Amino acid sequence: MRASIYYARYWRLYAMLVLPVLYFVIFKYGPMYGVQIAFKDFNFFQGIHGSEWIGLEAFREVFNNQEFYKTLRNTLMLNGLDLVISFPAPIILAIMLYELNINWFKRISQTILYIPHFISWVIIGGIVMQVFGTQSGMINNVLNGLGLDSIPFLTDKNSWLATYLATGVWQSAGWGTILYLAALTGINRELFEAAEIDGANRFRRIWHVSIPGIRMTIVTLLIIQLGNMISIGFERPYVIGNLAVRDFSDVLSTFVYRIGIESGQYTIATVVGLFQAVIGLIFLLAANTIAKKLNGEGII
Amino acid sequence: MTEKQANRLFDLTNVVLITLAVIVCIAPFIHIIAISLSSSRAIMSGEVTLLPIEVTWEAYKRVFTDASMLRSLGFTMYLTVITTILSMIMTILAAYPLAKSSLRWKSLIMFFIVITMFFSGGMIPEYLLVRDLGLINTTWSLVLPNLISPFFLIILITFFKGIPDSLEEAADVDGSSHFRTLFSIVLPLSAPVMATLSLFYAVNRWNGFQDTLMYITNPNLYPLQLKLYQIVSNAQASDLLRSEGVGMFEIMPEGLKAASVIFATVPILLVYPWLQRYFVNGTMVGAVKG
Repeated sequence: MRASIYYARYWRLYAMLVLPVLYFVIFKYGPMYGVQIAFKDFNFFQGIHGSEWIGLEAFREVFNNQEFYKTLRNTLMLNGLDLVISFPAPIILAIMLYELNINWFKRISQTILYIPHFISWVIIGGIVMQVFGTQSGMINNVLNGLGLDSIPFLTDKNSWLATYLATGVWQSAGWGTILYLAALTGINRELFEAAEIDGANRFRRIWHVSIPGIRMTIVTLLIIQLGNMISIGFERPYVIGNLAVRDFSDVLSTFVYRIGIESGQYTIATVVGLFQAVIGLIFLLAANTIAKKLNGEGII
Repeated sequence: MTEKQANRLFDLTNVVLITLAVIVCIAPFIHIIAISLSSSRAIMSGEVTLLPIEVTWEAYKRVFTDASMLRSLGFTMYLTVITTILSMIMTILAAYPLAKSSLRWKSLIMFFIVITMFFSGGMIPEYLLVRDLGLINTTWSLVLPNLISPFFLIILITFFKGIPDSLEEAADVDGSSHFRTLFSIVLPLSAPVMATLSLFYAVNRWNGFQDTLMYITNPNLYPLQLKLYQIVSNAQASDLLRSEGVGMFEIMPEGLKAASVIFATVPILLVYPWLQRYFVNGTMVGAVKG
């Protein structure tokens, strides 16, 4: 088709794309242009464009900053612990749900287990205060009632780690079962029947049919999570953390917020953010390559 | 033990364990409800676990008559509606052409969009952009920066591609334009996926907190999450001071905090039945990865 005829016929398709493309240019690519302030001595009066170039000076400053290493360590530590504790939870839960053969019970359980996923971190933070609080928190009330001492879940950094991880499991385990349940439903029923005829008990059926059936899903999600090792959401550590446990709760995202938005050191904060974004991208591309080798198809 | 008995024992244990998981899931909510309905004396003496003691509606009366709380609720509703409508319009505008095989440079445009899922300028450049556009302390700072979710866009494109071309071609022969096809054929056919995406946009906006913390300093524009955070962070401060032996430093009674948490949770629980109808049937399975 000749271009003029083509566009006469299809120009509306391109017209529709104008606003969405403009959105991506301004609000997604605009900040990418702004990243240059990592290499500039940014000040408000001269703006992004007018500020003076300083090369890698800000990077040197960041890499000599002890707090940067602490937040980097905490990011890796919290993500690593999440991988060990929160990652297996939905797998186990999904297998248990799949084994249920009372349908109404299964449906009600799923409905309730998915709820925490839709609760905001601020609300979860409020709940955490009231459940884990030292003075009148629910768990410490129960402990005291049993004649035991209170545990400072929110103010001792090691106990706080447990609080942080437990909250993560509570929030994500139920929702996380969805993909595994979909994979389990996809397993050929005949495999289960064959196993039953061979005299395999329930545990053996889970071990030899269910788990191999969802192995690819597990591996793929594991690789995605490994690829996200250095990126961490802002809201969970910010809302659940506090000054007393900052040694553990201060991560890259909260660090960027604190030195950037709160203290106005925009250049330094941008450097930290850029470091995180670049390393994160490398991790993700590496994860994608691994997934391609294993699955034959990538995750991106 | 016979095989039948072993099976029954397995099922029983499984039901018990899942029941425990379900209880762990809702116990915190029940505790908060109990706290919100109990007297201050009972809360402070640590008697309240899952049942309210010395029931009083005082906390709710105060939350529901607090002007700043109600204004915050009203503003959040307005914000959520505006965001959802604009996000859906923009997502549809992008998805419809990108689902068409007759669009040229399609993979280039997709690449341009997908990149933003994996690399972003980061918190500070985004903040400076919003500031330079003069959006700080406006509703728009909470609407525009996340207007289109590339993730939801991809879901919608996939859905539009699944609509048989023959249906649209029939309309085209009638001389109907792309806009007419969109409104009379494509949109009615995709009502369920539209409803799902709208709900997810709405829930994301309702629950969003980080951008409100960054862009809003005017108390008249505090969305519910930011308002609630201040109540919650006061709780943190008082817990900290107590543990360090500074003594009682009561900023806000516990019952009032609990009632505020419930106040912010109820709207989500109200839309939850509609949400779950869609994700259970698998529409959103692809969205879980993100």
